[in-house]
Amino acid sequence: MSEYKTLFLNEKDSVAVALSDIPAEVEVVVKADSKEFRVKILEPILFGHKFAIRAISQGEDILKYGEVIGAAVVPIDVGEHVHVHNLEGKRGRGDKVV
Amino acid sequence: MFNEKLQFWGYRRPDGRVGVRNHVLILPTITCATQTAQRVTELVSGTVTFIHQHGCAQVGTDFDQTARTYVGMGMNPNVYGVIVLGLGCETHQAIQIGDEIAKCGKPVETVSIQDNGGTLQTIAEVAKIAVRMVQDASMVQRELCDFSELIIGTECGGSDACSGLSANPAVGSTSDMIVEQGGTAILAETTELIGAEHLLANRAANDSVAKKAYAVIKMMENRSIQMGVDIRTGNPSPGNIEGGLSSLEEKSLGAATKSGTTRLEEVIDYAERPTKKGLVWMDTPGHDIEQLTGMVAGGAQIVLFTSGRGTPTGSPIAPVIKISTNTPMYERMQENMDLDAGTIVDGKETVSQVGGRIMEEIKAVADGKLTKAEILKQHDFGIWRIGPTF
Repeated sequence: MSEYKTLFLNEKDSVAVALSDIPAEVEVVVKADSKEFRVKILEPILFGHKFAIRAISQGEDILKYGEVIGAAVVPIDVGEHVHVHNLEGKRGRGDKVV
Repeated sequence: MFNEKLQFWGYRRPDGRVGVRNHVLILPTITCATQTAQRVTELVSGTVTFIHQHGCAQVGTDFDQTARTYVGMGMNPNVYGVIVLGLGCETHQAIQIGDEIAKCGKPVETVSIQDNGGTLQTIAEVAKIAVRMVQDASMVQRELCDFSELIIGTECGGSDACSGLSANPAVGSTSDMIVEQGGTAILAETTELIGAEHLLANRAANDSVAKKAYAVIKMMENRSIQMGVDIRTGNPSPGNIEGGLSSLEEKSLGAATKSGTTRLEEVIDYAERPTKKGLVWMDTPGHDIEQLTGMVAGGAQIVLFTSGRGTPTGSPIAPVIKISTNTPMYERMQENMDLDAGTIVDGKETVSQVGGRIMEEIKAVADGKLTKAEILKQHDFGIWRIGPTF
């Protein structure tokens, strides 16, 4: 399989972390506890960045460490880069107060 | 990991507390006196000072917080004696700060620039006192002390996605070892615990500690809400985002791993001294220097500082041990970093192995080994401002 290292921290999580730069179009395996996923990476993922290990719908909570790290701004596909362009924090949002 | 009782060679102070350094601190209580203080440190070896912009036209809680920070810096057991230097007309009067510090029994002298007839005469006066104080300090012998006497500050700055996977959990494991030795570990940066507060509150010693944990988080979060801004415009920082962190919650969950697994004994205010041993949460912002200053003023003798992006940060009076979250940065910035936890990401070491290595470094530094930040004279200082200046 792939030689690209990834880290999947908690089986509840919707994202995994790339532990090396991963190019587009490769398939990686992510494992946590009893769960294992094969994910086709859709776009280049840099070291330390996250990709979706399952489809996430718009507005859905995104989980890492088994905890909420924010919500999806747009629908996110399996293998897509998850970062500030499609994930927004839910805390300290003074800009959302009218 | 360390079954035996650990000890180090420290400097016992008149109030019974123990320092790992033996500085003479020239403490300017007002920004107007910082340049003069700086000149004296250039003349007299063994003295340290810090540059800042506080000490006048502050009111209420903000006034108290600045005063508490000055007094805490002077009382820190890494300081042998203090020369408190004021201008004369400022709101934070040198004489009051000096009287407060003197209560811990260490040598304290107070000097005013206005009373001394100006810059040059003040430099001469402070330098004369400093020469005497440094020589007295040099006569103090180190003695064998228990690790239970240590207050270890923990901090992360310039975080990346590895912070929460390598260096922060490793510091958490060290924190557990410090607590097991009967010492104190400070967790801070309230901003960077937003989103992880429930995990800490669940570990609180009692209901009132849990309530205070939620309360300080709420106050911090409300500050950004009252300003009408997305907290992400300030935290995570551009470097954090480049490193792969997408939201404050994500950063917080990684930051919280520095707390290890022990019970949360108390939540204290900024620059306040812990009243309990064990794990203590100090309410500080995520701003590296302001957090560092708060913990050192609270009595931390040594600070553990993890970084993914790399940072030179240090304190004038407390050694700061810098731990990298990834090996490429460690190799790139070896002149600033003391230890590498990137071995965890590479699968070469476990979290507790690195935690043990940090513990050994704490002992070496407590015994006198200089950290990179000390050697590079990285004397950072900044007080968390919570009100406007008038």
